[in-house]
Amino acid sequence: MAELLLELFSEEIPARMQRQAADDLARLVRSGLQEAGVDVSDVQTLAGPRRLTLIATGLPLSQPDRSEERKGPRANAPEQALAGFLRSTGLTREQLVERDGILYATIEKKGRQTAEIIAELVDKVVRTFPWPKSMRWGSGTLRWVRPLQRIVCLLDGQVVPFEIDGVASADLTEGHRFMGDPAPFRVTSAADYRQKLEAHHVVLSAADRRQRILDGARAVCAVRGLELVEDDGLLEEVSGLAEWPTPLLGDMDPAFLTLPPEVIRTSMRTHQKYFAVRQPGQPGLAPHFVTVANIAPLDGGRLVLAGNSKVLSGRLSDARFFWSEDRKVPLDARLDKLKGVTFHAKLGTMYQRVERIEALARRIAPLVGAEPDLAARAAHLAKADLGTGMVGEFPELQGIMGGYYARGIEPDAVADAIRDHYKPQGPGDTVPDAPVTVAVALADKIDTLTSFFSIDEKPTGSRDPFALRRAALGVIRLILTNRVRVGLRSLFPAEVQDDLAAFFADRLKVMLKDEGRRHDLVDAVFALGDDDLVRVVARIDALTEHFQSQDIEALLAGYNRAANILKAEARKGTLPTGPVKVLPGAPVAEAELIGSLVHVAPLVEAAVRNEQFGPAMSTLGDLRQAIDAFFEQVLVNDPDPDIRDNRLKLLTQIRDTFHIVADFSLIGG
Amino acid sequence: MAGRLLILDQMTRAEPLSFQDLILTLHAYWSEQGCVILQPHDVEVGAGTLHPATVLRALGKKPWRAAYVQPSRRPGDGRYGENPNRLQHYYQYQVILKPNPINMQALYLGSLRAIGLDPTLHDVRFVEDDWENPTVGAWGLGWEVWCDGMEVSQYTYFQQVGGLDVDLVAGELTYGLERLAMYVQGVDSIFDLKFNKAGVTYGEVFLENERQGSTFNFEVADVDTLKRQFEDMERQVPRILAHKGPQGQPVVLPAYDHVLKASHLFNLMDARGAIAVAERQNYIGRIRDLAKMCAQKWVEAEQGEDARG
Repeated sequence: MAELLLELFSEEIPARMQRQAADDLARLVRSGLQEAGVDVSDVQTLAGPRRLTLIATGLPLSQPDRSEERKGPRANAPEQALAGFLRSTGLTREQLVERDGILYATIEKKGRQTAEIIAELVDKVVRTFPWPKSMRWGSGTLRWVRPLQRIVCLLDGQVVPFEIDGVASADLTEGHRFMGDPAPFRVTSAADYRQKLEAHHVVLSAADRRQRILDGARAVCAVRGLELVEDDGLLEEVSGLAEWPTPLLGDMDPAFLTLPPEVIRTSMRTHQKYFAVRQPGQPGLAPHFVTVANIAPLDGGRLVLAGNSKVLSGRLSDARFFWSEDRKVPLDARLDKLKGVTFHAKLGTMYQRVERIEALARRIAPLVGAEPDLAARAAHLAKADLGTGMVGEFPELQGIMGGYYARGIEPDAVADAIRDHYKPQGPGDTVPDAPVTVAVALADKIDTLTSFFSIDEKPTGSRDPFALRRAALGVIRLILTNRVRVGLRSLFPAEVQDDLAAFFADRLKVMLKDEGRRHDLVDAVFALGDDDLVRVVARIDALTEHFQSQDIEALLAGYNRAANILKAEARKGTLPTGPVKVLPGAPVAEAELIGSLVHVAPLVEAAVRNEQFGPAMSTLGDLRQAIDAFFEQVLVNDPDPDIRDNRLKLLTQIRDTFHIVADFSLIGG
Repeated sequence: MAGRLLILDQMTRAEPLSFQDLILTLHAYWSEQGCVILQPHDVEVGAGTLHPATVLRALGKKPWRAAYVQPSRRPGDGRYGENPNRLQHYYQYQVILKPNPINMQALYLGSLRAIGLDPTLHDVRFVEDDWENPTVGAWGLGWEVWCDGMEVSQYTYFQQVGGLDVDLVAGELTYGLERLAMYVQGVDSIFDLKFNKAGVTYGEVFLENERQGSTFNFEVADVDTLKRQFEDMERQVPRILAHKGPQGQPVVLPAYDHVLKASHLFNLMDARGAIAVAERQNYIGRIRDLAKMCAQKWVEAEQGEDARG
């Protein structure tokens, strides 16, 4: 059993692509070997800034030999047919076997050399590798994520010879770009490869690099009595940026601590890929940072840190410039600037948008228990920070900066609302609950939705350039979390009411299904067309609860029988309508069902009116025995048309009573 | 030549390179790699890439190596000379190697060593940054090169220019000269950079230009005039391209200059805050259309030249 070592050595691979590339390489090679009938016991892949490595074990040196039987002509077939068959199989007449008058050839296939198969497979994998973005280089036609420089391909210690667009396989690789001997070196096996790369300052595995960074960063902080502000996303990224990651603690000018911590962290993270640092147990940040270098510098990092500190100072000076400039102009005075900013060619200026949001926030305020004047004020100022220098530099700080700039000048509720009105931004984001914030957050998103729907810019398929699905989901979460009681339609202008109501229904359905609700129950409630989302969800919850009990199946069976008969009758002609009577001589079961309905229907109606959906379901359940008895003892299709019509009316009434709670015809599909 | 490089290298040990010696060192280094050392293009541009020696020469099948300094104007980056790291007028050093040699990264690192940045003492990293210039319909894959956390170069393998796939892939390097010089000299403000060895500072040469330039960009530039001029340039490009030169070639280079002017006018309007978010795409699209016309004609002209032999 042999070992395969494959290394695809290139110029620096983007950090964000490395993990997926390792998975893809493992998958493609494993499935390629499988297709070729080559067993493999273990496939491991490693990805880093300059190399994708695959180590597989347990490979045979050749495919197993196979024998294959091929069916030929009939034994009594004309000479020509036989000659053709012999030619195509390369056998003689004596080597064929006859069974049931038909000739068969047994063809022995020698298994191919695994090396040959690997050479073809690697070629195919490299040429079709699913990089999110790939490129050409020089005068070649091959595509790779960045120029591919070398390929190591060893099977059982021997080079598997092939060439891909000028890059020949070999047993040579390179170590760290800067540390140690830069000359290429030979490797003889996976173990040798691992050991030599370690010696050449390359940490092969991403997990090892992450751990090395985390341990190192915590350690350099601890030495100075500090604590690392951990950040998994950043850790993942920086572990893909260095083959020999070395965390170093640098100093930041403490004067910058007057900046909001969000600004410092955003600048450190997005511009510099530094970790922030704090004093254990204290709020805010400490005047330090951790950078992750790709070298262990000979001077202990003195030059590297001096340089990084300087760069950070430059970045934060810029931020401080914005921070002081921005505060010279009150948010109020920035609104005029929005008059010159087009929100969308067909939707007017940003200022007009603010006016719409303001009016809407004022309308929504009473529904969420907010003071209308405060909501309108917050909405008025919510977008003013778009004109500030800081938001121009760090768009991700929109809202947050407005909150800072309004603090102390406006009431706290207004500053909070400006800060948080973009929330919730994604499924993982928190949902605001301060009333003024909720009013502005709803108004902002609803204006976005109604505006784009009004110019027919609706999401289609995977295209949603204005993130309208996210906006709708935000509205839904705000309404449900804060139990905002409102008919959604009343918040939309008439011309887009139907489209938007349908859009919201879709989004809510998707959300509920994602949360694991039964889709048929969701559909059954949505069919009623209610646009009070809190009530819709309460109904679905009540149904869901009842559908976990056993009895519901029997009740549903009764409903379905009634509904099916009505459906069949409806196909033949118009169904009779009108009040149901207990006709003289009616069977007991019929009379009792009518009696139950007279009693139950108003109760169900009243319960639903009072939003007591659980009790409404229980009350419906009271009909079960009467319905069962009716179907057991009574034939609906009585020869007397009056009796028959009366019974059909009865079934209609049963169905309608059920439909007060939900459209049961959609359940159980 | 090697002797010259050695002298410059020794000089860096004794005393860091002045701004102009940094440029001369890069010229010497890239000249040695077979580059044509060009002078700046004489039209305002936002980046060295926009020099016709890069944008247009990146197209077509002819190999090409050039290096040059290009003054670059970013009106919105002006800070009235008060920010030690930002300028509205600065210099880029631009290298284009077409097709890129396979050892281009090594050549680039050699240029850093030449100017005194030793990558065993400084943290040099290649951080993904896919370059795109939507105004000329160009994009490529590559990196920002970081030295101790500072972006010192943009390194790009061109894939498309003027909306056309490139025949040969050009490797493009852009060095931010001021930043690099600040780093090499260890100063905290651009304006404290030693421009030459005789003690003239960058501030003495350019601080006033920043103050006046920022005032103009943010306060004085007349939006209506800029808008009108933009539209003038826009009209001129197709008109110029419709004309033929003495060998029957389309008049691409002057037309392209007009595209550059339109692009700069757009940047000025942007600095004045006169371009709304939604309008932006429209303007950029208009400039791109003009650049595409030029790129198309450039390629046609080269094909015509090949046909004439």
